[in-house]
Amino acid sequence: MTSLAMPGNAALNKPARRPGRVIPGFGISLGFTLFYLALIVLIPLSAVFLNTFSMSWADFWATVTSERVMASYRLSFGASLIAAALNVVFGGIVAWVLVRYQFPGKRFIDALVDLPFALPTAVAGITLTALYSHNGWIGQYLTELGIKVAFTPLGVVVALTFIGLPFVVRTVQPVLEEAERELEEAAASLGAQPLQTFIRVVLPTITPALLTGFALAFARATGEYGSVIFIAGNLPMVSEITPLLIISKLEQYDYAGATAIAVVMLVFSFVLLLAINLLQAWTRKRAGKA
Amino acid sequence: MSAVLDKAAGPRPQAAAGRRIDTSVLEPVWVRYSLIGVALVFLTLFLFVPLAAVFTEALKKGWEVYVEAVIDADALSAIRLTLIAAAISVPLNLVFGVAAAWAIAKFEFRGKSILLTLIDLPFSISPVIAGMMYVLVFGASGWFGPWLAEHDIKILFAVPGIVLATVFITFPFVARELIPLMQQQGTEEEEAALVLGASGWSTFWRVTMPNIKWGLLYGVILCNARAMGEFGAVSVVSGHIRGETNTMPLHVEILYNEYNFTAAFAVASLLALLALVTLAAKSFIEWRLHEARKASNDAPH
Repeated sequence: MTSLAMPGNAALNKPARRPGRVIPGFGISLGFTLFYLALIVLIPLSAVFLNTFSMSWADFWATVTSERVMASYRLSFGASLIAAALNVVFGGIVAWVLVRYQFPGKRFIDALVDLPFALPTAVAGITLTALYSHNGWIGQYLTELGIKVAFTPLGVVVALTFIGLPFVVRTVQPVLEEAERELEEAAASLGAQPLQTFIRVVLPTITPALLTGFALAFARATGEYGSVIFIAGNLPMVSEITPLLIISKLEQYDYAGATAIAVVMLVFSFVLLLAINLLQAWTRKRAGKA
Repeated sequence: MSAVLDKAAGPRPQAAAGRRIDTSVLEPVWVRYSLIGVALVFLTLFLFVPLAAVFTEALKKGWEVYVEAVIDADALSAIRLTLIAAAISVPLNLVFGVAAAWAIAKFEFRGKSILLTLIDLPFSISPVIAGMMYVLVFGASGWFGPWLAEHDIKILFAVPGIVLATVFITFPFVARELIPLMQQQGTEEEEAALVLGASGWSTFWRVTMPNIKWGLLYGVILCNARAMGEFGAVSVVSGHIRGETNTMPLHVEILYNEYNFTAAFAVASLLALLALVTLAAKSFIEWRLHEARKASNDAPH
């Protein structure tokens, strides 16, 4: 391995027998990668898990299932589910429109879809709050209808829909671009109605991508903090998200309590990450077969 | 390709003559227009209106108030800290990204897929938990807390903590862009250069670098946008000391919580401008990558 790290040497001594043999730098690049990964990610992350061992199982269980924490899970996961579902419907339509139709301003709109990735979450948070508060641009009309968005759980859904918007669009878009339209045309020429063609031909093709986008948006939403805290109102038991509970426990120096809740969230995100990896493999398989 | 499609879809009566693009669309016109309408209404509500609102709110009380909010001493110190955090974390993650992509794309080894998952890990961890990790490691009652206090080294509630949290949050960006790109490019060109006697470094700079430069820039731009805009993780480790440990997003929060809305939106508008510049640069690079791919596909092999 050390000889591979010496540039030139390997090239002189042995001809390229299999890929990777002749190229130098394996030891140093992999070594640095692992060192940096351990230093920045793995060691600090292990601190979270190791810290929970300072608690007894009973304490841990009591903390993560206390009434206020349970209410925060319901809000965080519930609002994230609704937001991700909204994004599947509307993100799917946006992806379809951007791939299949021509209209003025399309390129500009396509570029702007990534705005929620690029816009700092705090900026999104204060802006959405200003828009949806009772005298805001959108809020004033909703108030007339008797709908309150800012400082309610509905506001949390709005913020999470905003930050999850690009995920479904960006996972479905490439699949639609690759999809073979001949199949749809064949279905139509064999007498299928447009809706039938969509349900039987298009939908099966994009389902893995839709699900991947849903899972990505959901995962991002459950951990989201910046865009939510301004619009949520943060009332305990009503509009308090789980990440905010972690922060308030940290501010009270209740490290054990904060860690316990964080572990629940981490385990949940790892399970979701696994699901996303499987979904992406499925998407690739589907795309490869087509 | 499109000509073939047109021929295949030739005898369809509803296709308007002379409009090539619409010939492969099967659904009725009203469906088409309603879908475009739904998409535009959704994007207007969730993208265009918020974007317009940032700048409108920022300039509500006129240009002078805006400028005053931006050149306020605390705002300037927040801008400086944000630039420092990005200037440290982006190069670090750039070097990491290149090293990781080199190891993963150019060599075969066991556990590669686990390594790929671990590199992606920071994306699936809540920013709040990311900040908390560093509190557990460097905080007063954390692993290194007592030792740091003894030696009078401040990491938490100081600049090093903010930089660390930013490095963690932006960790995967460059690596994620480079790994698939370099995997796709393979090792043939580098092998040729090495066999012809080029050194490892000159192979990297003269052969690999020109091939990956746009992908690299793409990763750097996304990494930088996130580094400058990060809120949750930085909020946990910063301690919110005005003029000292406030980044731009944290300064926005403080101004907003003090009901100083115009100033909050003024600083926020700078971050929104950064987002727009990022998106423009991203579109430009995507176009360049697309052109480069087209050129390499057209070139005779």
